[in-house]
Amino acid sequence: MRSIEQLEMRGIHKSFVGVQANRDVNLSIGAGDILGLLGENGAGKTTLMNILYGLYRPDEGEIFVNGEEVVIRNPRDSMRAGIGMIHQHFMLVQKHTVLENVGLGYEKAPFFFPLREVRKRIEAEADRLGLHVDPDKQIWELSAGEQQRVEILKALLHDADLLIMDEPTSVLTPQEADGLFDILRAMSREGHSVILISHKLEEIKAICNRVLVLRKGTVTGEAQIEDVTMADLARMMVGREIADSYPKADLPEGEAVLEVRNLNVQSDQAVPAVQDLNLTVRRNEIFGIAGVSGNGQRELVEAISGLRHVESGAVHLNGEKITNRTARTINDSGLTHVPEERIKFGIVPNLFLYENAVLKKHHRNPFSIRMRMNYPRVKKHAETLVHDFNVDAASIGVPMKNLSGGNIQKMILGREISAEPDLLIAAHPTYGLDVGAAEYIRKQLIERRDTGGSVLLVSEDLEELFQVCDRIAVMYEGRFMGIVPPAATTIEQVGLMMAGCPAGECDED
Amino acid sequence: MKIKVFPREYAGGPFNALVLLLSLLAGLVAVGVVFALKEINPFFAIFSIFKGSFGSWFGIKETITKAIPLILIGAGLALAYRAKFWNIGAESQLLLGAIFATWVGLNWGPSLPGWAAYLLMFLAGFIGGALWGMIPAVLKIHFGINEVISTLMLNYIAAEIVKFLVVGPWKGETKYGYPYTDDLPDQAILWLFPYSRVSPLLVVLTVFVALFLCYLVFRSRFGYEIRVIGENAEAARYAGIDFFKTLLLVMAISGGVAGLAGVGELAAIHHHLSYPETISAGYGFTAIIVAWLGRLNPAYTILSGLFFAGIVVGGDAIQMTMGLPAATVQVFNGLILTFLIMGDFFVHHRVTIQREA
Amino acid sequence: MPILEIIENILVRTVVAGTPLLLGTLGEVVAERSGILNLGVEGMMSVGAVTGFIVTFTTGNPWLGLLVATLIGAAFSVLHAFITISLRANQVVSGLALTMLGLGVSGLWGKPYIGRPLTTKMAEIRIPVLSEIPVLGRVLFSHDPYVYLSIVLGIVVWFLLRYSKLGITLRSVGENPRAAETQGINVNLVKYIAVVVGGAFAGMAGAHLSTAYSKSWIEGMTSGRGWIVIALTIFALWEPSRAFLGAYVFGCIFVLQYVLQPLGISPNILAMMPYLATLGVLFVYGLSSAGKRRMSAPAMLGEPYIRGSR
Repeated sequence: MRSIEQLEMRGIHKSFVGVQANRDVNLSIGAGDILGLLGENGAGKTTLMNILYGLYRPDEGEIFVNGEEVVIRNPRDSMRAGIGMIHQHFMLVQKHTVLENVGLGYEKAPFFFPLREVRKRIEAEADRLGLHVDPDKQIWELSAGEQQRVEILKALLHDADLLIMDEPTSVLTPQEADGLFDILRAMSREGHSVILISHKLEEIKAICNRVLVLRKGTVTGEAQIEDVTMADLARMMVGREIADSYPKADLPEGEAVLEVRNLNVQSDQAVPAVQDLNLTVRRNEIFGIAGVSGNGQRELVEAISGLRHVESGAVHLNGEKITNRTARTINDSGLTHVPEERIKFGIVPNLFLYENAVLKKHHRNPFSIRMRMNYPRVKKHAETLVHDFNVDAASIGVPMKNLSGGNIQKMILGREISAEPDLLIAAHPTYGLDVGAAEYIRKQLIERRDTGGSVLLVSEDLEELFQVCDRIAVMYEGRFMGIVPPAATTIEQVGLMMAGCPAGECDED
Repeated sequence: MKIKVFPREYAGGPFNALVLLLSLLAGLVAVGVVFALKEINPFFAIFSIFKGSFGSWFGIKETITKAIPLILIGAGLALAYRAKFWNIGAESQLLLGAIFATWVGLNWGPSLPGWAAYLLMFLAGFIGGALWGMIPAVLKIHFGINEVISTLMLNYIAAEIVKFLVVGPWKGETKYGYPYTDDLPDQAILWLFPYSRVSPLLVVLTVFVALFLCYLVFRSRFGYEIRVIGENAEAARYAGIDFFKTLLLVMAISGGVAGLAGVGELAAIHHHLSYPETISAGYGFTAIIVAWLGRLNPAYTILSGLFFAGIVVGGDAIQMTMGLPAATVQVFNGLILTFLIMGDFFVHHRVTIQREA
Repeated sequence: MPILEIIENILVRTVVAGTPLLLGTLGEVVAERSGILNLGVEGMMSVGAVTGFIVTFTTGNPWLGLLVATLIGAAFSVLHAFITISLRANQVVSGLALTMLGLGVSGLWGKPYIGRPLTTKMAEIRIPVLSEIPVLGRVLFSHDPYVYLSIVLGIVVWFLLRYSKLGITLRSVGENPRAAETQGINVNLVKYIAVVVGGAFAGMAGAHLSTAYSKSWIEGMTSGRGWIVIALTIFALWEPSRAFLGAYVFGCIFVLQYVLQPLGISPNILAMMPYLATLGVLFVYGLSSAGKRRMSAPAMLGEPYIRGSR
């Protein structure tokens, strides 16, 4: 018996400090539905789903299951109501087996030897829905697609009738995504319902039967999928024409700044992550690297900037060999780096803003003279950064952790740009930022390009890459599938390369 | 009613100081409870402690005597803890300092003028403590060995080395059956204020070390790198900071100044090496709390070191008069440290009580 | 004495000397598997030793001594649990504070009992039939009840960790508390229980020292065993089965101190052996890269867990 025949969210309002995340949102879904929840980053999709899963309480609005109001205060309430959520970052214990992960918190299993029962259930689900995964493997041995199946199994064993999936394909290869869609269809046939959070139009079109579009917290469209075209969806989602690109100065091709030859790098798990890679970044150029994350982008950036060992191959900066030099030497020879996961790597949260403003160049004159830090100059530099890069902070004497995400990123970018590097590497610089901050950062990257620098931009945001890059390389399993000029390329062609088709070898039909 | 906890941003110096004082007070209340359980009037007992340490010239002189090693070690520990390197081995770094200085004092002392004997003994003591302190740094970075365990094990090992020396090869010819080395030559013994065990040279050295380490932590490039490593190791890697070099130097200094404390105990008070319990009355452990109470600021350890020296001296005094065991002081230390770390919660979190509608 | 008999004697005493180490290590394994590092073992053991002794001394009932020591060990660990779990404070410093407190309190309580030997002690239990087996009978089956208790508890902990729902929950909490929380598990409760179990085991270990191993209270009698336990937990790779191996190897080292003394080796050098061996064991593991990987502790060991944060 299904416990959720019909679920409705009515009149949901939710605001955070100063931001209206959801405004009068209504959502309804029935058994067997696959509902696409479409919207740009920051449109309020995840907030809405976190309310349904009990992670947030709405300011206003009610939730009804089968016509009766339910109160969801925490994830446990939500699980009891038959709702399961699969987060973008999996909630799995890496060192445990699939069985142990699925068995965690599974109430129906006996106290002793609970995994026997779990194994039976997993085998049953595998047969029914095609959810195949080796139950005795440990999570770290599994691909992202397999890990996702473990998450689905967990939800199903907790009797989830309604499954919320947050950007499920962002970590998957296209083949794995197809596999996921087959599973979702099978679930839908069994009467499960699915809410799919996504900002990818094709995906919504391919798998959903209904779609709800959010923009800036409000519903801007709702339709049966067959009644709308991709262009309709795009309009509902964006509400404006996507800017073609940002204005860029027309500059002649400059000399090579970064040259990478036959580069091989290993991942943390000691498997090849970057394989025989070649690339050249020139002066007055923004060189973009596209690709689903986890295809070696991180290892490539770390190897170039001296944070990871290069197995073989060579890296040259301005003609000088910098292979396997220390991060400090490479930095001193003119390469700066805006790291991904900026709070983890890029700042020291408990130190003051001004101390963070010189991280990585604190050892250089004038910020330190011999062994002494020159704090008056450090503070002056911090003041300049805060002013020039519009960092919103109470003062330069506040701990860095007091700043918002966007302002932290502006400060990091400012710090790295103000060193006037020959090469600036920016990894996912606008990830998770609001539209204003993201635009500002893109403009700064272009400014750097126009004033004689060069930029290596790693991003998952294709739109961003098309707007700012001069050339885009598409990375797949540690190799480039092709290097293309955005002006003469479509997003679809890049998408195919991201799925592992070398440029020109796959036709788009 | 519901208690809600939020992370706090930065409440400012005065607030933090207030929390510190309140936790200290709470710690003293807890100490009072211990006395009450022993059927001793807690107010009288605590009053007696501070009267014993700060209430008389004798008490003050003794307090300064004990504050010297506590401040020296505490300042060094503050440096190490800033880098999140949990050096619990100051006790043995002190002993190694004493061992090295004893060797220098006994072998070279007789043929040297006083100033040279002092200089070489302090130098040797620093080197002894530094070398012993660098072992756990190497073990941690190259072999992944947890420094808490390695520094502790080295404590036990160093204590046995000292015992081995004083009953074996270094046993003094003039000491009959006692487990002592011979006394240092006169010119290697520090000059003391009359009628006290306080060496003016040591006082100056201690204050200098504490202030210098404070400068190092907050004004030098090295100190900046220490704080970055301690606060965010990932960011330190990203910033190209050399962990091995930095931590090795941190531990050389932290162990070295503990070694200086060992030289001080040797050359000002005991004049010979003897059993480890005699050379150091648990200074290496008490100094952990000194560093913590001093908010890991080496300069503040001057104050917190004096405070704890007062507790040690006053504790000894009431121990005699009230017939309490030596371990009483350790109970104070444990309780005060416990309340200090509890107090940190209120520095980092905001607690509000909400009435539900 | 024939060589075989000497070896047999060494083995018999090894098992006894290894028992407090085994109990302590098992407790620390449980606590650390939940993600809480408790460096207060030395203190909890010491408090267990003194209370175990006092209760046995005054009541004449060693079993009551064991019970009270267990409870006191658990009670002390609650303090660490509160500070590190509820107040999210630094686990290293809290553990040190607990050690200081435990050593101090045990000194305070034990003062009147110094130098007063126990008249009643845990009687040796010879297991029928099994204790008749040559060599093995004496080594394994003719001991005080603590020895059997530690072995049984070791098997129970091993079994529960591996084959029960409780075990999966505990291990998950130490590895990925957020994952556990999303599955409806009360993470902090699990951590509290694990720390308290660890404290109870340390209390038992202490009682063994003062009522079965040496039958008297001496201040500082734990002599670093609490710290060796921390190292053994790493050596055991957080596995109860390997805790047996580590505990008995170190038990043997403690025994060898006395056995080797007549050979003319300085007693001070011999007294260093357990501590040198501790460093040696960790060193050897650090050397091999495979060892390094296997040394991976519970992923969230030492990290405070804050509900609802990212």
